[in-house]
Amino acid sequence: MNEMLISLALILVKLGLIFGVVLTMAAYLVLAERKILGRMQLRYGPNRIGPGGMIEPMCDVIKLITKEDFIPDRADKWVFLFAPGLTALTALLSFAVVPFAPPLTLFGREIPMVVCDLNIGLLYIFGLSSLAVYGVVLGGWASNSKYSLLGAMRGLAQLLSYELALGLALVPVVMSAKSFSLTEIVMAQSTWPNILQHPLAFIIFMISVTAESKRTPFDMPEAENEIVAGFHTEYSGMRLGLFFVGEYSNLIVIGAMTTVFFLGGWHGPFLPPVVWFIMKVLFVAFIFIWMRGSMPRPRYDQLMHFGWKVLIPLALLNVVVSGAIRIALN
Amino acid sequence: MLDSYLPILTLIIIAVGFSFGAAILSRLVGEKKPSTVKLAPYECGMPPVGSARERFSIKFYIIAMLFIVFDIEVVFMYPWAVMFKSLGLFGFIEMGVFILILLVGYAYVWKKGALEWE
Repeated sequence: MNEMLISLALILVKLGLIFGVVLTMAAYLVLAERKILGRMQLRYGPNRIGPGGMIEPMCDVIKLITKEDFIPDRADKWVFLFAPGLTALTALLSFAVVPFAPPLTLFGREIPMVVCDLNIGLLYIFGLSSLAVYGVVLGGWASNSKYSLLGAMRGLAQLLSYELALGLALVPVVMSAKSFSLTEIVMAQSTWPNILQHPLAFIIFMISVTAESKRTPFDMPEAENEIVAGFHTEYSGMRLGLFFVGEYSNLIVIGAMTTVFFLGGWHGPFLPPVVWFIMKVLFVAFIFIWMRGSMPRPRYDQLMHFGWKVLIPLALLNVVVSGAIRIALN
Repeated sequence: MLDSYLPILTLIIIAVGFSFGAAILSRLVGEKKPSTVKLAPYECGMPPVGSARERFSIKFYIIAMLFIVFDIEVVFMYPWAVMFKSLGLFGFIEMGVFILILLVGYAYVWKKGALEWE
């Protein structure tokens, strides 16, 4: 009984910690993005509230909550209310299986530094990233506005197409780890990270994960100079905020996934593992912001051509070649 | 077995609570001044024309159908990748045949023009 209570308390502590850290990081990523973009465009970025704009994210939250949250007349009320929550939910749930440090031994108990080390962790993340499509599609469809529907349909086809390449890019990673558990995938990279073993898989993974995140250069679902704001045109108040919580937590999820699958997770010299993990995640997030600052948006047909005619065959080839090399080496 | 899913269940409850809580709080605290113009769908300031749910390009549906087919094939590759070492050369050749069959379908789809966007 006592044992169970301790495990339950541990779970709650870890969940609370992760929830707090992720939400704070998501809020400050918005600020970091605006700051870095500002610097890249020779502006200051937000700097009015607090030293260097540090209180800006809190003010954003207060603003979003106190704004009017209305439902358009023609909208499908319940689906409209439900969709943004779904987007935030899928992003937040992904953190359950991300290991951020090696197991810690405290008072004779071994405490794994992951909320839940599922033996199917990778499939769990895939499942959630498939569910993320629903937030976009239901939100856009329920709005019953032309721009929203256009954005939703673009988002649907884009997310589905690039998920295939994403799935194929991770097959070699599973081959070398011999497991779906994210902890074991990280353990398998103790000598050298997967990025050196599977460089092509890494490139395919990065491209498809950028498309999955719906960020520039692949931001057609919400291309603001073509279709207003895409699938969230009709949203206001905290519901719009939830879409942003989803987007920025998703950015951290992507950082964590890239770190776990390719950059060696918590492995690194000198510094403690957690510091390495967070540094790698933030580095990946910075690359995404950098891309937004420097890349133009391709046309939609170019996006689909690239996904289906270049990326998927390349990813299949990568699976076959890395399999063949593995067989030849044995 | 079920034990290992307990944390995820807890996380689901917390996350659902968070997203619904935030949305409900915003409804309670936020202003409410609805008007007919405000509640109309946004069309760049013009009065909205017709319904949004018009006919839509078939391309998007074809992509969704192709996705189901190809995604299931990708799912089959995962168990193979986990057992790669123990299956060895035999498993590799088997998977080669599987990928070949997949490629035939892929070539057919390409030839039929399902991947063309103009």
